[in-house]
Amino acid sequence: MFGPLNCKAGTSKKNKTGAWRVELRPKYLHQNCIACKLCVTACPEGCIIPGEKNAFEFDAAYCKGCGLCAAICPKKDIAMVKEEEQKSK
Amino acid sequence: MKEFLEGSMAVARTVQLCKPGVISAYPITPQTHIVEELAQMVADGHLNAEFVNVESEHSAASVVLGALAAGVRAYTATSSQGLLLMSEVIFNIAGMRLPLVLTDANRAISAPINIWNDQQDTVSLRDAGWVQLYVENLQETVDFHIMAYKLAEDKNIMLPVMVCMDGFILTHGIESVDMPSQEQVDKFLPPYKALYKLDVDNPMTLGPLADPDYYTEARYAIQETQKKVLEVIPRLTADFARAFGRTYNGLIEEYHTKDAERVIVAMGSVCGSIKDVVDELRSKGKKVGLLKIVSYRPFPAQEIYDALKNVSKVGVVDRAVSLGSFAPLASEIKATFFGKKKKPDTISSFVVGLGGRDITKDSIKEIFRMLTQKEKTGEFIDLKPELLKENYE
Amino acid sequence: MKEIRIHARAGQGAITTATLLGNAYFQKGMYPYAFPHFGAARMGAPMNAFVRVDSVPVRLRSQIYEPDYLIIVDATLMRGFNCFSGLQENGIAIINHREGVEVPKVGARQKTYVVPANDIAMKTIGRPLGNTALLGAFCAATGDLDLDSLNVAIKKRFAGKAQEGNLEAIKLGYAFVNDLKKSTT
Repeated sequence: MFGPLNCKAGTSKKNKTGAWRVELRPKYLHQNCIACKLCVTACPEGCIIPGEKNAFEFDAAYCKGCGLCAAICPKKDIAMVKEEEQKSK
Repeated sequence: MKEFLEGSMAVARTVQLCKPGVISAYPITPQTHIVEELAQMVADGHLNAEFVNVESEHSAASVVLGALAAGVRAYTATSSQGLLLMSEVIFNIAGMRLPLVLTDANRAISAPINIWNDQQDTVSLRDAGWVQLYVENLQETVDFHIMAYKLAEDKNIMLPVMVCMDGFILTHGIESVDMPSQEQVDKFLPPYKALYKLDVDNPMTLGPLADPDYYTEARYAIQETQKKVLEVIPRLTADFARAFGRTYNGLIEEYHTKDAERVIVAMGSVCGSIKDVVDELRSKGKKVGLLKIVSYRPFPAQEIYDALKNVSKVGVVDRAVSLGSFAPLASEIKATFFGKKKKPDTISSFVVGLGGRDITKDSIKEIFRMLTQKEKTGEFIDLKPELLKENYE
Repeated sequence: MKEIRIHARAGQGAITTATLLGNAYFQKGMYPYAFPHFGAARMGAPMNAFVRVDSVPVRLRSQIYEPDYLIIVDATLMRGFNCFSGLQENGIAIINHREGVEVPKVGARQKTYVVPANDIAMKTIGRPLGNTALLGAFCAATGDLDLDSLNVAIKKRFAGKAQEGNLEAIKLGYAFVNDLKKSTT
């Protein structure tokens, strides 16, 4: 007999940590991005979708709003903005 | 003075009152707040002790062993995996008859990893030669730490004492505690004077090899001393009552057992919840009770026999399992009655609240209800069968 | 016996809130037991803290499933999760106001008070930590505690500017609910 033991890959997809976002969310300014992907490696949820320069996005369903991407960006091209501000635009 | 204190803070403050000379510990949830607070006290100059930072629990236990071998009162605290990592040294501390006081914040054992409360960690080390005391609330936690030092350092005992407090429930619980004054503690607990110690002016070896000609006697002596602890604890609690005004039995606590038909036996903070259920069921005319085991080592078999011999249905609540055998506390309660004329009709055994699964009033009522049925052996309460499967695929 | 459940996210001060509330009851000579329950031990994860209080020492150690009072520090927790689960028929909920989050319908005898606690905190403490304003509101909404007991608890916990700000915050939280009560009666 076996109890709850191992986890199959992909279970963290079920845990939509976007609900944890409390005050702030990142805003990709798309002005000075050099596509260095530092934000991608820093994101604890792995929810940043890389692309060409100035084309990075994040998945709001998983982003916890921790701000690591904004903190690590060497070009200061990611801002942390208030949740409501972003929505109203 | 009565204060509203977190359990960990209450422990740290009590240890401060007991004035250890050396503290060494490695942080682990849910023990962390205790040693964090003690480290702060030492850093701020509020506690005149050496706080030795180490890289593991094995080292922490070794440091306090060394301190005691050098004749200094010592303290450490740990939990779960930390206690297991200490385990080799834990046996040594008892074997060398060093009067350490250790707080264990009771927590489940890996795997699966789990930071929440059960009593598997300390119960697994029941054979190490230590005295093990299980506390129910924060007042007991404070008081039994003070008594633990006095007991450990008793010239006729010289054995380490583990104070076992339920992780989170007590370590992170905040409630009213009557903190003793320094004067009271100083009067009750004199400075530690070692019977023997490592001393360059008077050289000796502690913990030498004991070949088959000697080993048995060293172990026999601990076994006999454990029996002596059963005699010392009632005197100690009486002294404590005179000094601090709070009365404990120290071995067991009987709660409405005298006329009870059904009695649950348990250890630790769950006893509080059980008392509430006992009151509720009693108000409906049910004759139920609780026997709380305070001293698990030494095991107070005579006191348990006297308390339960006229009870018809006994249910033992274990917050640990002996995988592959009977639940640990239950098997010892049963052993207590084997071959006796007077004994309960049934002694049922329940495994409850592993890895922090909440023990609700309903869980306890269910146990009392099951005591009316035929004897249960190692019945898991609040089990979720839907999480079990026959094959792993 | 009264049971209080606090809903928050790890890092939002639920334990501090429970401690302050417990201490306020303690100042009144009652016997509170305040305790946390952690889920995933990560900032932002939903978590609960509890206070169980009685006129005699509290012995029951289980979590709280049928609270008399609720304090919801972060209203976003009400999205997709029933914070009101088990609330007593005549229970009271104190909710930190948040734009765009609707308060669910409650029973006829249940009461909810939505308090702009973070706005109060911005004014008084300078940071959006509405916990103490919610506690002020709790006193007014439940009538269980007077502000004096809570004041003592605040003074024991905070010093200097933080103390001043939090004392002001509980006063404003208290006044907000009192005004609400007056306007509805």
